[in-house]
Amino acid sequence: MAAVLVALCLAGCAGSAPSTLDTAGTGARRVEGLWWFMFWISVVAVLEVLLLLGWALWRRRRDTRVRAGDAMPFVGVLGVGLPFIVLVAVYGVGLRDLNALIRPPAGPELSIEVIGHRWWWEVRYPDTAGAITANEIRIPVNQTIRIRLTTADVQHSFWVPQLMPKTDLIAGRVNETWLHAERIGTFRGVCAEYCGLQHANMSLIVTVQPEEEFTAWLRDLAAPPARDLTEQQRRGQAVFEAAACGACHTVRGTTATGTIGPDLTTIGSRWSLGAGAAPNDKGHLGGWIVNPQSLKPGNQMPPQPVPASDLPDLLSYLETLR
Amino acid sequence: MTTTSAQAVPRAVAVARLEEQWREQRSLRSWFATVDHKRIGRRYLVTAGAFFGLAGIDALLLRTQLARAGGDVLSPDQYNQLFTMHGTAMIFLFATPMLFGFGNALVPLMLGARDMAFPRLNAFGYWVFLFAGLIMFSSQFLGVAPNGGWFAYVPLTDLPYSLGRNLDVYTLGLIFLGVSTTAGAINFIVTSIKLRAPGMSLNRAPLFVWAIVATSFMVLFALPALNAANALLFLDRRFGTHFFQPDAGGNTLLWQHLFWIFGHPDVYIIVLPALGIVSAILPAFCRRGVAAYPLVVLATITIAIISFGVWVHHMFATGLPSLSLSFFSAASVLITIPSGIQVFAWVATMLFGRIVVRVPLLFVVGFIVTFVMGGVTGVMFGITAFDMQITDSYFVVAHFHYVLFGGAVFPIIGGLYYWLPVLTGKMASEVLGRWAFGLVFGGFHLTFFPMHLSGLLGMPRRVYTYPTGLGWDPWNLLSTIGSYVLAVGLLLVVLSVVLAVARGPRAAVDPWGGDTLEWAATTPPRPYNFASIPQVFGLHPAWDRRTLSRLETDEVLPGHQALLTSELDARPQRLVSMPEASLRPLLAALALLVVVLGLLWAVYWLAIAGVVATIVVVVGWLWPPQLTRAEAEAA
Repeated sequence: MAAVLVALCLAGCAGSAPSTLDTAGTGARRVEGLWWFMFWISVVAVLEVLLLLGWALWRRRRDTRVRAGDAMPFVGVLGVGLPFIVLVAVYGVGLRDLNALIRPPAGPELSIEVIGHRWWWEVRYPDTAGAITANEIRIPVNQTIRIRLTTADVQHSFWVPQLMPKTDLIAGRVNETWLHAERIGTFRGVCAEYCGLQHANMSLIVTVQPEEEFTAWLRDLAAPPARDLTEQQRRGQAVFEAAACGACHTVRGTTATGTIGPDLTTIGSRWSLGAGAAPNDKGHLGGWIVNPQSLKPGNQMPPQPVPASDLPDLLSYLETLR
Repeated sequence: MTTTSAQAVPRAVAVARLEEQWREQRSLRSWFATVDHKRIGRRYLVTAGAFFGLAGIDALLLRTQLARAGGDVLSPDQYNQLFTMHGTAMIFLFATPMLFGFGNALVPLMLGARDMAFPRLNAFGYWVFLFAGLIMFSSQFLGVAPNGGWFAYVPLTDLPYSLGRNLDVYTLGLIFLGVSTTAGAINFIVTSIKLRAPGMSLNRAPLFVWAIVATSFMVLFALPALNAANALLFLDRRFGTHFFQPDAGGNTLLWQHLFWIFGHPDVYIIVLPALGIVSAILPAFCRRGVAAYPLVVLATITIAIISFGVWVHHMFATGLPSLSLSFFSAASVLITIPSGIQVFAWVATMLFGRIVVRVPLLFVVGFIVTFVMGGVTGVMFGITAFDMQITDSYFVVAHFHYVLFGGAVFPIIGGLYYWLPVLTGKMASEVLGRWAFGLVFGGFHLTFFPMHLSGLLGMPRRVYTYPTGLGWDPWNLLSTIGSYVLAVGLLLVVLSVVLAVARGPRAAVDPWGGDTLEWAATTPPRPYNFASIPQVFGLHPAWDRRTLSRLETDEVLPGHQALLTSELDARPQRLVSMPEASLRPLLAALALLVVVLGLLWAVYWLAIAGVVATIVVVVGWLWPPQLTRAEAEAA
């Protein structure tokens, strides 16, 4: 009963959750099947023990003299024989699924480099010069993507629950995983290895698109189309340059070429600020620039002494970066 | 085992003389100098219980922060310190010392011995544990508690990512504590091998003792890995080595291997003695011995061995080769079987026995239900593909609380109610105990069951906050409510124990009709435990007329003496004299404390002074005693 309730609930409540039981990727779908297989076996195993316990308590005897006698056959069958058979079966199914996770359904058609930083994700498309972004990955649907995982500092773990089980980012090593999305949509990912103060705010979004849309997006990411700036936006650009934002950030096509913080070439179109710490709108962006430590305490960006009068110009400039 | 002088003396006189020889003054010096395993055992229980309370308050704060999305009760750094201390303290400062407390108080009694094999080492172990615990918890009040998780993964915990004293408290505190744990483990092993009552051959040793001995061997093999890891990390942080710094050729996975070579056996180091408690409680309330005794013993030993071959299942997502993953996966799945043997042995004991429902049994039943649920999710994590998806989500938090709270805390509370007469001579209220059980059991499942769901819904662990709208909110709120219910239940446990000690009824001798020797002694036992050394003829000596009647009639073993017996068959070998109360264990622990504080504060002359002091005290401790002429002749 309870088990069925749990099952219904898990299937029903998923909604907008990055649920491992509402999968869209080949790898995650494998494990979803594995979960339900093991779930029902577990339900039977727990029920077996509960029933035996309940029976023992229910048919209690009044006589309390000490009894002798052993129960080796009982323990041998229920505690050794039966579990062994079940465990071998579970292990076999698990091995099959592990093999499926190691081998992607098709050869990879695209590579992406994901570099973990405290506390954000750098994303590079190495086959397309200049295609760099942060905290967002776009991939074409129904293609196998190779993900190369490294870290710039401490251990992190790359986990997009609806697409693929996690792989750690290990300092001093290169790990690889793959994504193969079976439907279009946006899927939330997180850092799943504790990485310090702002581990909680290290999310990313994987957007799965039809191939043409993806190709167009990648082209624009690599070489953002030139935009005519208004007077205010031009003033904002001057503020950006004067405030030395470029010491840490890159905006391709400008003098800003820093590599400590995220590449801001497409900041205007990102889904969030600070890898999920705040929504990306004018108000939050202004607040972030003036004091990043209030929205995401402990992050690596120091407060910026931008005069309040210059802030609207700067924000209107940043909005054009998309 | 006869001594010529005792034969002439009537029994009552001999017992009175024994009382006189073992009496401890009610003085401050005696309080610090005692080596009585029962007093030390009680101290372990009280101290570990206090640390449990502190770490529990940490947990309540964590749950309060997570009650709703975007909570702002704690700052990120406070949250990280609290979850690190919660885990570290529960594992190192509560679970193992608590179970060592039960071992200390009970193992000599169960064996029919008068004390542990090394009573002063025992006292030393307690003081070291106390000091290590105080160092670690005081860091929390000073705001420099460890904040790298209880697993302290490098490079986050190494320079340059972790400045400050936080992680030095962790590395030094744990090494210091390891001294205590190692000393305790050696003591349990030697005591159980050499001090069993005559006739208690290995196949008649109580299951609780088997569990404690298996655990102690695990401690001896597992702790060195942790100590080595912590020493290397301390050297990295303080003296500029690069063991864990990849830019300088160090290896960060080395830490993970070393940590989990200790860490996974440690799960069983916590659970095995608790399973031993269950095996000790059941006979009294099922009116029969635990079913399939040989299988349960074999299962205990098998767990102790296999548990050293499963550590990589904590590293399934680190990108190791899949062939090695599948080996560790197989071992992780296989270790379920010895656990299953024990579960079905207990179920059989209940099925084929005659059940008497009292508070200790309720906690055992609660344990079995919870532990089995934690066990089935444990199998899931043994399966690599599932582990890679679900590890480091809240599902894991649910799983290991089912195993550790279900597997250790339920038996610990059950054991507390069961042995309260032995520990204090008082009985706890049955009514309060049943309320406490209901609240603890209900509160536990309300807290931790929803975490399975939030984990499956993709919520990662160790996050100080989470956004709303991802389907995690209701489950987190339920968990928080459950944690308060659980806290009330645990407070009731404490209240019922305090009330029992303060004004509870005196316990009758052997109030539950237990089967092991602690119930054959007086309740509570005298300082010397048994006037005559018990003779054992079977697995259940306290149910054995022969043992009981000979305890009344056998001649009294005078003075501070213990009887050594052979390792396998427990044949009497010779009498040895036991050390008496001494302040040296406390002084040695204090000297070591100076070493640790000197290293912690980087005041190295102080550390060196501490080392010198330690050596001086230990030499004094081990200096052969001056024998009187009579003693020398007798020897």
